[in-house]
Amino acid sequence: MSDITVTKLASYRNQTPYPFCPGCGHGPILDHLNKALVKAAIDPAKVVLVSDIGCSGLSDQYFATHAFHGLHGRSLTYATGIKLARPELTVIVVIGDGGTGIGGTHLLQAARRNIGITVLVFDNFNFGMTGGQHSVTTPKGAKTPTTPLGNLERPLDLCATVAVNGASYVWRGTSFDGELSDRIAEAITTPGFALLDVFELCTAHFVEHNTMSKSTLLEMAGRLGFETGLIRRQPRPEYAAAYREAMAGVRGQPLREPRRIPTLQPVSLARPFRLIAAGSAGGKVRSATRLLAEAAVLSGLWVTQREDYPVTVKSGHSIAELVIAPEEVLYTGIERPDAMVLLSADGIKKSGAMLKVMDQHGRVFVAPGLPAPPTAAAVEPLPAPAVRVERDHMGLYALMRAVRALDLLPRSALEAAAQRGGRAEANLATIAAAFA
Amino acid sequence: MREWTDGSTAIVRGALHAGCTFFAGYPITPASPILMSMLAELPKTGGVAIQAEDEIAAIGMCIGAAMSGARAMTATSGPGISLYSENLGLAIMGEVPLVVVDVQRLGPATGGATTVGQGDLQFVRWGTSGGFPVIVLAPSTAAEGYGVTRRAFDLAERFRTPVFVLTDKELSLTTTTVDPRAYESVPVGARVQHAVGQPFTPYHYEPAAAVPPIAHVGDPTLVRFTGSTHDERAFLTKDPATVGKLNAHLCAKIDAHAAELEWAHSDLQPGAETLLVAFGVTSGALRQAVKNLRANGRKVSSLVPISVWPVPERALAAALQGVRRVVVAELNPGLFAREVRLVAPNVEVVSVTRMDGELVSPTQIEEACR
Ligand SMILES: Cc1ncc(C[n+]2csc(CCOP(=O)(O)OP(=O)(O)O)c2C)c(N)n1
Ligand code: SF4
Ligand SMILES: [Mg+2]
Repeated sequence: MSDITVTKLASYRNQTPYPFCPGCGHGPILDHLNKALVKAAIDPAKVVLVSDIGCSGLSDQYFATHAFHGLHGRSLTYATGIKLARPELTVIVVIGDGGTGIGGTHLLQAARRNIGITVLVFDNFNFGMTGGQHSVTTPKGAKTPTTPLGNLERPLDLCATVAVNGASYVWRGTSFDGELSDRIAEAITTPGFALLDVFELCTAHFVEHNTMSKSTLLEMAGRLGFETGLIRRQPRPEYAAAYREAMAGVRGQPLREPRRIPTLQPVSLARPFRLIAAGSAGGKVRSATRLLAEAAVLSGLWVTQREDYPVTVKSGHSIAELVIAPEEVLYTGIERPDAMVLLSADGIKKSGAMLKVMDQHGRVFVAPGLPAPPTAAAVEPLPAPAVRVERDHMGLYALMRAVRALDLLPRSALEAAAQRGGRAEANLATIAAAFA
Repeated sequence: MREWTDGSTAIVRGALHAGCTFFAGYPITPASPILMSMLAELPKTGGVAIQAEDEIAAIGMCIGAAMSGARAMTATSGPGISLYSENLGLAIMGEVPLVVVDVQRLGPATGGATTVGQGDLQFVRWGTSGGFPVIVLAPSTAAEGYGVTRRAFDLAERFRTPVFVLTDKELSLTTTTVDPRAYESVPVGARVQHAVGQPFTPYHYEPAAAVPPIAHVGDPTLVRFTGSTHDERAFLTKDPATVGKLNAHLCAKIDAHAAELEWAHSDLQPGAETLLVAFGVTSGALRQAVKNLRANGRKVSSLVPISVWPVPERALAAALQGVRRVVVAELNPGLFAREVRLVAPNVEVVSVTRMDGELVSPTQIEEACR
């Protein structure tokens, strides 16, 4: 169907009569919704009614538009997904006051994003479907089965909440308001987030327990101190459109490919070598180890680098475990390292268990100035650099010094890895210091 | 030429190459790299990626988008799967093509955010009300995440159902060398779409195992979607005959295709009396243990399930021929061992587990073979 074909319908309703209790406000609101769609003359195939849960959630079944009936409180999330996927659609959410409570965060975020959805709140101050329990909009003092002595909670002002958080269109009235269909039509044709809070009667429950009638309903907002009528109408960029506009610049750009590393100078290794570098966050432990890892890959070896750090990345320990092997590394863990490079007190503290399982064949390198830890492995304190090495390069220096002592990889491979990465010059200088 | 990459990258590329057009997620270690990559990459293809306000919204947006024609994916870890629960049921009930990545971490609740675990094996299978089947695929290497994600999209599309990619912190975040030839270009099918002008109901219950053609929200054919018990037109119903057919259909759609869905890597040795079984990251230690044992003259077979749900019962039955003992290794209290016991009630099943944040080691597996 092309965009120019506009199907004008006399009614967007289907033949099925509403199932609501006599006097329930849901039916009249839906009649207004129907009138609004007729007025706006939107192709029914471009309209989706996203219904929440509750008596109001039954609504989608009575309309000849697209219909989406999901979970309690989550209608706004489906509506957001639909609008993001198909911005050309008119997306209308039908939700009860109960739904706005359980789905409160979605309401806030949708308003804040200004996603192009119209939210019609069927606000009968209680959970109609489950027996009239109190909701977030139940007025203070009102009696419900769950507030038998009167509601103690302050009702939520939905309109003020979404208005202050960026909604484009906000209106409050009642199901008896003659202007309701005009306001709905206005809301669905205003780009951005719109909310209409429609006060109405739940004749089965709320009216049973509280003195409520058409006239008291009209006074209700006044008594609550809530604004009524058109509260806000302020166009702001609609999110789905804004997203597409913002992303237009990257569209068509090539996807990021994984890092490809050639084999420069094959190095033969008899068996897997397992090395652990243990230092502190901020000590560039991971990036230094990464340089070593890439040098091994450039040497045609198979490598894995596994990292451990606390959730607070910039404090505490930072451990990098390297497995360098002549063939694919199947097991990326380290039961007993062949070598450890200890770069800080944090690192030593975290390495106790590993140092314990190492035997006399293992080698432990300790950065300049650190104490030698207890271990059966051969401990080799690393000499301080002969030339000046920046503080944040001491980790790389110690690691390179250890690689030199272990004769693990040729210097040329380390230099080639440095050359390919960032901060090449500084890293090359540090490698030179370690090999001096 | 080797790649120096990780499992998250493989999953993201798998998704992009499978034609993913919509992603929504919420930050959580160790799944955040997938979220960040999708936000950076998807707009390049014209797709939409968004950080949602929470996991409930993330999967909700995906479901809305998927039913509007998008190929949708979300990614999280155990705590997020908990919040997905109700919507996973919606995706089953509404027959939504959807890929859900679970990058497992250790333990219940917040658990160990940066610690590896495999404890969501049963959780993803039974994680929503009703007990209906889902498909869960577990890549056994970082590179396999690519092909498995493609397959997940393929199955999600063709079966109109949520499909999980079950991976873990270690496979996702450990940087590793990959031979680019290891990426499997698994073919990705498409959902069958309703032909405009043909009679249409959003759902079909007969034959029970058939997948109904889809019409999207916004298409010329008006479509209804619902998570409530419904008839074929997606209207609410309590008619027992219809309700029974609907629920039988949701089971049959997956169960009757088990032979097609089952997927495992078998490495069988004639005369082996021991079978080693492990999925996901633990299969690495398993393969190493098999190598070591065979080098020492031991005869052992191994099986690595990729489809953990459905359990690859056919491959398992074949691997069990002549076997007297099965060793199942995993990073949880023995959740897959349970399934193996159901398939092999007369064979000794030894469960090797680890829950201290370290990987099961080859030594641990070899010791269980003594
Ligand atoms: C997650 C979840 N919790 C609870 C329910 C039960 N439930 C059904 S309808 C409803 C409240 C509906 O109230 P409201 O949104 O005000 O709609 P109304 O029936 O008043 O139109 C509840 C709590 C549910 N369906 N899902
Ligand atoms: S229970 Fe209340 S909300 Fe539900 S249909 Fe009856 S009057 Fe309307
Ligand atoms: Mg209500």
